[in-house]
Amino acid sequence: MVKQVSVFLENKPGRLEHALKVLADGGVNIVALTIAETSGFGLLRMLVDQPTKAAQALNSAGITSSETPVTAVEIKDTPGSLLAAVKGFKERNLNIEYLYTFTERHTEDCIVVIFRFENCETAERVLWKEGYKLLSHEQITGKKQDDA
Amino acid sequence: MFQKEYETMPRRELRSLQLERLRWSVRNAYDNVESYRRHYDQAGFHPDQLKKLDDIRRVPFLTKEMMRENYPFGLFARPMEDVVRLHSSSGTTGNATVVGYTARDIEVFAEVVARCLAAYGGTKKDVLQVAYGYGLFTGGLGLHYGAEKLGAATIPIGGGNTDRQLMLIQDFGTTMLACTPSYALNIADHIAVKRPDFKLRDTNLRVGILGAEPWSEEMRLEIEERLGIEAYDIYGLSEVIGPGVSAECEKKSGLHIFEDHFYAEIIDPETGEVLPEGEKGEIVYTSLTKEACPVIRYRSRDISRLYHDDCVCGRTHVKMEKVSGRTDDMLIVRGVNVFPSQIESVLMEYEGTEPHYQIVLDRRGAMDDIEIQVEVTPAIFSDELKNLQGMASGLEERIKSTLGVSAEITLVEPRTIERSLGKAKRVIDRRQ
Ligand SMILES: [Zn+2]
Repeated sequence: MVKQVSVFLENKPGRLEHALKVLADGGVNIVALTIAETSGFGLLRMLVDQPTKAAQALNSAGITSSETPVTAVEIKDTPGSLLAAVKGFKERNLNIEYLYTFTERHTEDCIVVIFRFENCETAERVLWKEGYKLLSHEQITGKKQDDA
Repeated sequence: MFQKEYETMPRRELRSLQLERLRWSVRNAYDNVESYRRHYDQAGFHPDQLKKLDDIRRVPFLTKEMMRENYPFGLFARPMEDVVRLHSSSGTTGNATVVGYTARDIEVFAEVVARCLAAYGGTKKDVLQVAYGYGLFTGGLGLHYGAEKLGAATIPIGGGNTDRQLMLIQDFGTTMLACTPSYALNIADHIAVKRPDFKLRDTNLRVGILGAEPWSEEMRLEIEERLGIEAYDIYGLSEVIGPGVSAECEKKSGLHIFEDHFYAEIIDPETGEVLPEGEKGEIVYTSLTKEACPVIRYRSRDISRLYHDDCVCGRTHVKMEKVSGRTDDMLIVRGVNVFPSQIESVLMEYEGTEPHYQIVLDRRGAMDDIEIQVEVTPAIFSDELKNLQGMASGLEERIKSTLGVSAEITLVEPRTIERSLGKAKRVIDRRQ
């Protein structure tokens, strides 16, 4: 399980920049980032090196955020690998709320995919049994988690 | 109780006191104020026609417009040498209105506020922090002199500067805090965001005296929960005297109007007809003891309901329901009457939604368009789009079923809606 920081943003010019500036000023490094949006608002989802520090910085700037448990999985960088994984989840009734790939190449022949499962713990147990490699916060960010 | 003999006076006795005082008050206006005399003569009314209390229905109304036309001193029934204080309502829409007080009026003002404070459980042992604005607005000085009259230690801090408010609550051992309900929520927000270490529950603060703007039952629950206090409504209008026209008692159901000083009626705002007890309409006030600025059948524009119940507190005075809006706040949207307070209730009922919202009215073609902006606080935030969208559409459905008009909910970032230390600006009307 990896802690993802999710942020509420209005679809207005400058809002993303504002949030990023708050994090930069707080000395927080963003490792992976994705944005989901509707016509009115967006959700910024990020993996950062210091999630607790990020939450504090956002909170004192009056930005609404939350920490969400997500699963980071190593998947082979070959055609059909992701498809195979997703098919497997479907067979086991593991609902994916959303996913995004981690652009930084983790090892020579693998990429990292971040999954948000309805039930994170069950999903991780299944993945682990199947032989997938689950990555920790430290493996992804290169830093120990700054738990409060 | 601060003045038990008046506050628990048997109804029959109270009514005869009211009649006696009403006749004096109308006489005071008629004999000493040119504008009243002309107004009554034109309408064919004379003070001698007041034989019983119900005859008050024959007296022409006093409107806000008339008060403005008589700016500044046209409605004074006493020469300036007898006036010891002047207050003025904010002149944001048109002219301001001015109210003068004799020494006796100031005494009554302090007494009715002291009655309110006693109704909330206040005694001379309390430490009362007045966080209403001082100055021309009646809130600050009204609470101030009422608290002193009660014998409480009074802290005249005035509005704003939340860090300082917190410091004094802690250092001075404040037990009662008087402010607007929106400022009470501002304090809760301020603690949550800037001072998470500040434990309000560890201080002596136990009572909030909240007024000067309409607020809902849901807002009371939120304030009580977040600040760890008992929140009571105090009501008044500067034209009538200021805060202290009515107050909740320990029962927190309805506000007792201090009927030995103020006579209240409910009318249909369209026709001016007096409505039977229990019906909702515009409250009309008549001052029974004021010397300098008598108000006779003053149309308050506040919407409420009057009723009697055998209140456990022992007070015999009539109760008014918490003001649910003002006739001039009333929005007419696609032909439907909508009060901002109704929208607030819907938002508050929805689990976790704080009442930081703004109603924006616009015209799209021939159609009125209502947009309600709601701030997304951590309490209602979800990491998933479908949950946030579900919340918005759930609110839209509730608004539609409660108000009978559809509105669009827009989720906005926290603290993007303008906050004020005094009254919250809830409505932006761009339809003109
Ligand atoms: Zn009572």
